[in-house]
Amino acid sequence: MLNTFVVYVEDKPGVLTRVASLFRRRAFNIDSLTVGRTEKPGVSRMTIVVDTDETGARRLEAHLYKLINVLLVENVTAEAAVYRELAMIRVKATAAQRSHIMDLVEVFRAKVVDVSPDSMVIEITGTDDKIDGLLHVLEGYGVLEMVRTGRVAMRRGGKAANGASAGADSAEAAPTPGTISYSV
Amino acid sequence: MTKEHKTGAEIIWKCLEREGVKHVFGYPGGAILPAYDALQHSSIHHVLVRHEQGATHMADGYARASGGVGVAIATSGPGATNMVTGIATAMMDSSPIVCITGQVGSKLIGSDAFQETDITGITLPITKHNYLVTHANEVARTIREAFYIAKSGRPGPVLIDVTKDAQQSSCEFDWDTAAPQLPGYRPDLSPTPDEYEQAMELIHQAKRPVILAGHGILVSGAGGELLEFAEKAQIPVALTLLGLGAFPASHQLNLGMMGMHGEAWVNTMIQEADLLIALGMRFDDRVTGNIKTYARNAKKIHVEIDPAEINKNVRVDVALVGDLRAVLQELLGELEPCQHREWLDYLKKLKGDSAVRDIQNLPDSGHLYAAHVINDLWRTTEGKALVVTDVGQHQMWEAQYYHHENPRSLITSGGLGTMGFALPAAIGAKVARPDAEVWVVVGDGGFQMTMGELATMVQEKLKVNIAIINNGYLGMVRQWQEFFYDRNYESTPLLNPDFVKLAEAFGIRSTAVKQRAQVVPAIQAGRQHDGPMLIDFQVEQEDSVYPMVAAGADLHQMIRRPGVLVETAADE
Repeated sequence: MLNTFVVYVEDKPGVLTRVASLFRRRAFNIDSLTVGRTEKPGVSRMTIVVDTDETGARRLEAHLYKLINVLLVENVTAEAAVYRELAMIRVKATAAQRSHIMDLVEVFRAKVVDVSPDSMVIEITGTDDKIDGLLHVLEGYGVLEMVRTGRVAMRRGGKAANGASAGADSAEAAPTPGTISYSV
Repeated sequence: MTKEHKTGAEIIWKCLEREGVKHVFGYPGGAILPAYDALQHSSIHHVLVRHEQGATHMADGYARASGGVGVAIATSGPGATNMVTGIATAMMDSSPIVCITGQVGSKLIGSDAFQETDITGITLPITKHNYLVTHANEVARTIREAFYIAKSGRPGPVLIDVTKDAQQSSCEFDWDTAAPQLPGYRPDLSPTPDEYEQAMELIHQAKRPVILAGHGILVSGAGGELLEFAEKAQIPVALTLLGLGAFPASHQLNLGMMGMHGEAWVNTMIQEADLLIALGMRFDDRVTGNIKTYARNAKKIHVEIDPAEINKNVRVDVALVGDLRAVLQELLGELEPCQHREWLDYLKKLKGDSAVRDIQNLPDSGHLYAAHVINDLWRTTEGKALVVTDVGQHQMWEAQYYHHENPRSLITSGGLGTMGFALPAAIGAKVARPDAEVWVVVGDGGFQMTMGELATMVQEKLKVNIAIINNGYLGMVRQWQEFFYDRNYESTPLLNPDFVKLAEAFGIRSTAVKQRAQVVPAIQAGRQHDGPMLIDFQVEQEDSVYPMVAAGADLHQMIRRPGVLVETAADE
C-alpha cells in the first residue's frame, strides 16, 4: 500500500542524497518525493510516498530517524490529511477541439495556462486520482508532454506536523520529536 | 574563555586533544599535509601504518579494546578509498571510530583534480554520519559532533573530509562555542512503563527461557547487570560471536556461542525455548538460520538501542528500545527470583550427549588440529589474553575453544567478516591496552592480506604475538566446497611464503610448529620473549569446523562432528 511520510530535515547540502540513498540501500522504491522550504528558516520539508506494508513503513520511519539531519518523521497515511499534487499537461488541440477541451478543463477545475495553434498546456492541482482522471479524458486528444510534482501532504485539523498550533507562536515552533512507539 | 587564532590544521589536533585522544593511526599525503605539519605542536602520538585500511582496523581495534573512540587519518583519493573496508567493518560491528581525510582545495572540488574522490558520497551508506568541511571555522564543531555521534547511541564510524584550504586558513578557535548542534539526533530513547510490564510478565511466565546476549552488552557495559539478571532469573545465556566475553564462559548458566557454528546444545535450547530475551543483538542470519523455523514456539523480547533493528529479521512480542544497561537495571528492580530446574537439567543432558571427550585428553595421533592449538593457547594464557581473530575457520575454532571470561577479551570482525582485520586490529588493541597480553589468531590467507602492518608493529615496538593457523587453504571456503560443491577446491589452495623467514625479515622472532607436543612450548616461548613472536602452526589441511548449520538451513539441522576426535568439553 502507498504510505505517505512527512519528513522535516535540516536544510544542508547532501541531505536529499542521504534520504534518497537510504531508500536505495534498504531496497524501498520511492513513488514520489517532493522537497521545499518551510515556515522555519533552515528547515526543509519532504513528502515521500512509498509502496510498502506496515512493517516496512515502521522500519522506514526508524531508519529515517537514524539520519542525523532528519528532525521529524510522520507517517500520515492513517491520519486525516489533505493530499495535493500539481501537474501540467500539454495536449494536442486543433482550433476545432479547443472548446471541447476547455469544457473538460472546467469540469476538473483545472486551467489553461498556454495555447498554441496545435496544442495547449493545462495546469491542474488536486489529488493523484483527480489528475489521473483528467489525464484519462485527455488521452483521446493526444497527450504530448506531462510533468507532475509528486504528492504533498498536510494533516487536517488544528494540529501541525511540527507540533505548532494557532495558539502558539507558530513562527517559533521548531519541529519537535514525535512520540515514537515501537510496541508491536 | 580566551579565544585563540589558529589554522584549521591546528584546530584538528586541539580538538582531538580535547576529546581525550592520545593516539591516531594514519598515513600522510598531499591533501592532509597541512594537518601533518601541525602535528609537531600536539601531544598526540601518530602511528604510521603501511596501508590506510590498516589505520581504520587499528582505530577499530583501539576502540573495541578500550571502549573509547579510535581515530584514523589519511589523505584524499586513494588514501580515503583505502579506508572503505575498515569503515564498513566498523559500521557493521557498531564500533566508534572517527576517520579524518584530507580533500583537495574547495575550489577544486568537482573538477576531477589530482587525488580527488567523493569520499563522503562513497561512505554515505557505511558511516553513521559523515561531513565535508570546507572552512576552518567549521572544523571544531564538526569534530565535536563527530565524536559525540560516534560514541553515543548505537556507536559507529564517522568520517570527516577536510579540504586543504580549510586546514590552511585560520580563524578564531573557541572550544566552548563549538558545542554540537544536532537537533535531529536522539540517541537517548527509553521504553515506556507499559512495555516494561509486558516484558516482566513474559519473563515471569516462562518455563524454558534463553537469554541471547550480543555485542550490546559490551558496548553498554552491562556485563554485571547481565550476570545478576541471569542468576536471579536462572536463565541460561547464549552468546553471539561478538558477545563472547559478555558472560563468563565458566559460569554454569553459560551456553556458549549460538548460530552457524554454535554447539548443538546451544541451538537446540534456542529452538525449544518458550521465551527468547535478546539483549543487544540483531538476529543476524548467521545466528538464526532459516528465519521461518527459528524458535517457533518462543515469545520474544528484544532489548535494543537501535529502533531500526526491531522486527527487522525476527518479529518480536515486546521491544524495549533503549540503553541496555539502563533497561536491565530497570528490569532487575521488578524481577522476582525464578527457578527453571527442569529446563536446566535438560541442558545438562544435552551437553552430556554432545561433549564426548575433551580434546586435551585425546591421545596424540600425530595430527595437529587447530582446536588443539587454540585450546592450548587458552590453557597456557589461563584464558586471560586479549585475542584478536581474523575471519574464517580459525575464528570459529577460537570462539569454540578459547573460553572468554571477561568483556573485551575477544576482538573479531563479525558482521562484515573482513579478512585481514586481525593483525592491524591487534596493533590498535595493544596501543589502547599496553598491559594486555595480545594474541593474534589468524589464518594463512587473511594474514597475507595485511601482513605489511608487521612493519608498523615493529616500528612501534609493540609486543603482539601472532599464531598463524596455517592449513594451506582458504579453509572456510574449502570447507564449503567440501560440503556443498563436491570437493571442487577451486582457487582455495595457497602456496604460502615461509612465514618464519618472513617474520625474521621484519625482525620478529619466529618458529614453526608441526607437532602437538611443540604447541605449548612455542606458546610459552612467545609469552616469555620480550618482543613480538610469530608462530606458524602447520595444522591438518582438510579439517572442518563442526557443528555447522548450512546457510539458510533450520537452526536445529546441524552437520555434527563426524567422530569423537574434536568434540569440545562440557564446561562443568
